[in-house]
Amino acid sequence: MAVIESMEDELRSMFLERSTERSSETEPGWLALVRKNAFERFLDKGFPTTRDEDWRFTNVSVIASRVFKLASGGAEAEDEARTLLASLGLQELSLHELVFVNGQFSRALSSLDDLPDGVVVSSLDNAWSHSAEELQPVLSRSLSDETAFFDLNEAFVGDGAFVHIGKGVVVDAPIHCVFLTVPNGEACVHHQRNVIVAAEQSEARIIETYAGVEGSIYFTNAVTQIVARPSSVVDHYKVQRESIRAFHVASLDFVQERGASVSNHSLSLGAALARNDIRAELCGEGADVTLNGLYVVSGSQHVDHHTVIDHRVGHCTSRELYKGVLDDEASGVFNGRVIVRADAQKTDAKQSNKNLLLSREALVNTNPQLEILADDVKCAHGATIGQLDAEALFYLRSRGIGLDEARKIFTEGFMADVRDRIRVDAVRKILCGLLFKDAA
Amino acid sequence: MTALIEIRNLHAKAKGLEILHGIDLTIQPGEVHAIMGPNGSGKSTLSQVLAGRDSFEVTEGEVIYKGKDLLSMAPEKRACEGVFLAFQYPVEIPGVNNTYFLKAALNSVRKYRGEEELDAMDFLKLVREKVKLIELDEELINRPVNEGFSGGEKKRNEIFQMAVLEPTFAILDETDSGLDIDALQIVAAGVNALRTKERSMLVITHYQRLLNHIVPDFVHVLVDGRIVRSGGTELALKLEEEGYGWLETKVS
Repeated sequence: MAVIESMEDELRSMFLERSTERSSETEPGWLALVRKNAFERFLDKGFPTTRDEDWRFTNVSVIASRVFKLASGGAEAEDEARTLLASLGLQELSLHELVFVNGQFSRALSSLDDLPDGVVVSSLDNAWSHSAEELQPVLSRSLSDETAFFDLNEAFVGDGAFVHIGKGVVVDAPIHCVFLTVPNGEACVHHQRNVIVAAEQSEARIIETYAGVEGSIYFTNAVTQIVARPSSVVDHYKVQRESIRAFHVASLDFVQERGASVSNHSLSLGAALARNDIRAELCGEGADVTLNGLYVVSGSQHVDHHTVIDHRVGHCTSRELYKGVLDDEASGVFNGRVIVRADAQKTDAKQSNKNLLLSREALVNTNPQLEILADDVKCAHGATIGQLDAEALFYLRSRGIGLDEARKIFTEGFMADVRDRIRVDAVRKILCGLLFKDAA
Repeated sequence: MTALIEIRNLHAKAKGLEILHGIDLTIQPGEVHAIMGPNGSGKSTLSQVLAGRDSFEVTEGEVIYKGKDLLSMAPEKRACEGVFLAFQYPVEIPGVNNTYFLKAALNSVRKYRGEEELDAMDFLKLVREKVKLIELDEELINRPVNEGFSGGEKKRNEIFQMAVLEPTFAILDETDSGLDIDALQIVAAGVNALRTKERSMLVITHYQRLLNHIVPDFVHVLVDGRIVRSGGTELALKLEEEGYGWLETKVS
């Protein structure tokens, strides 16, 4: 793999360059070490290949064999980003909005007024000065089974969103983090790192939107870490609407303490290749997690969700529903692992993945996995792959509905339960606008 | 008077096997015809072929509807032209709201007819009015199409759709099967309320009981893919008493 080796050389020099230029006053000293360790871990692993079990069906050589320059010029690109932002129809989410352009925080496009007391929303760059203590344990976690992309993100960790919800604080309006990519000619990469901490008994809704100039080529390599302290409630959404030629790789990690309730909705619509690694660790009794996902792809898009729900202690609940609609020659992967550790008695876990193939060439690989080491648990999982139901289509057509519309109605019906589980009206409306004719 | 629909020497097969062996049937505007027959005689095949189900292949014959070649039309075009099939087994469509579905259907038909599409308000008004006709629980119409409906509710939902779409030619495929007597009376009353001088119906049933409530103008007996006997309501009564055996021996 000569090409990939040269890519790694390229990364090496990029890393060196970066580490000399980026030792700003506000950054804590330990961060350089975190970066260095991460880069070593990355070099150790290298980019995954299809020989790696977790990457069997997702070939990232298109990313590994290409040189992506570290994105820059957030400020210069602001005008174009403003136009892009306006075109996304996100106005209803603009109350608490943190906007990043090419990986850099844009104060001009963001709106952070009217935040309730006890809530910190800032860019990571700005957070070092006031929240380094909060950030250190999150960023220095010992990580054994993270992906090479996670390590790469950490090696180049720059800016991102930092959200801290204070003890007992309930934030009604969603906090919206928008990551826009406006490449200036050359293919660029940004390694966004987001850290969200919900303190005890706090409650918040957090939305991440990823988008780029349509048709442009770039690489988003994002990591979001969410810490849900005891009895906190976090409702998290990720809407991936990247350019159809972009690459999007992201890790999302939850750590949930006692009685914390987290739900995550992953809506994956854009990008030529998208990979999401979602990991929920249930570390305190009574915690519950909901993972919902919807991927809708066509053309030659490829989308991959790898989820892990780790029941480390007893009396936790997990619910997972992933649905996929694949058209043309698009391909998809769903790999859902549910681990129930020996001590995790009274676990209640349900997982379901359903796929609708709209064409003969579309392909999906689904692999639900239950690993149960405890003996007093309730676990269920299932996966289906189906096509448009000929009988249902005939039924719709026999009522006067044309074939194309009948297909659309049936497909919308298939996606409806994931849509209906979205609790933030504005997100549901955005999704309806993008995918549903029946804008409910 | 020109016939609304004329079925001439209709042959159809499914999976390589011929099921209809030459059906001839003419229905005038406003007439109600009943087709009775034992299981497997081709009753449902006939209804599906008329509605345009593509899993059946028409090998011979023709169907002239309103002077046009019905068999060359796509199912949705037939519906727009006023053909309606009340399914023997109504299909569940998960996640698709009943009202949304019906509004899409009605507006598609209206558009075809050059009529203005109904907005949500007008549509709701229409729905309220039609729901009463067949005593359908209003809560049901906001649920996904047929999902979680009882057998009787599904059948009522079919007649409800028929009331909304106001077809010219309605085929009722064993609409009585699975209904208790109360539900049967409600469905029959709904159907009777929809009888007009212009609207024709083809009522397919296994039992004569339905025909006490929806009284047909003609009764036909279908055996082994052919109409072997036609008559009035007295034919249905005879079948009820004597079964189909006497007919089968005669044709063989």
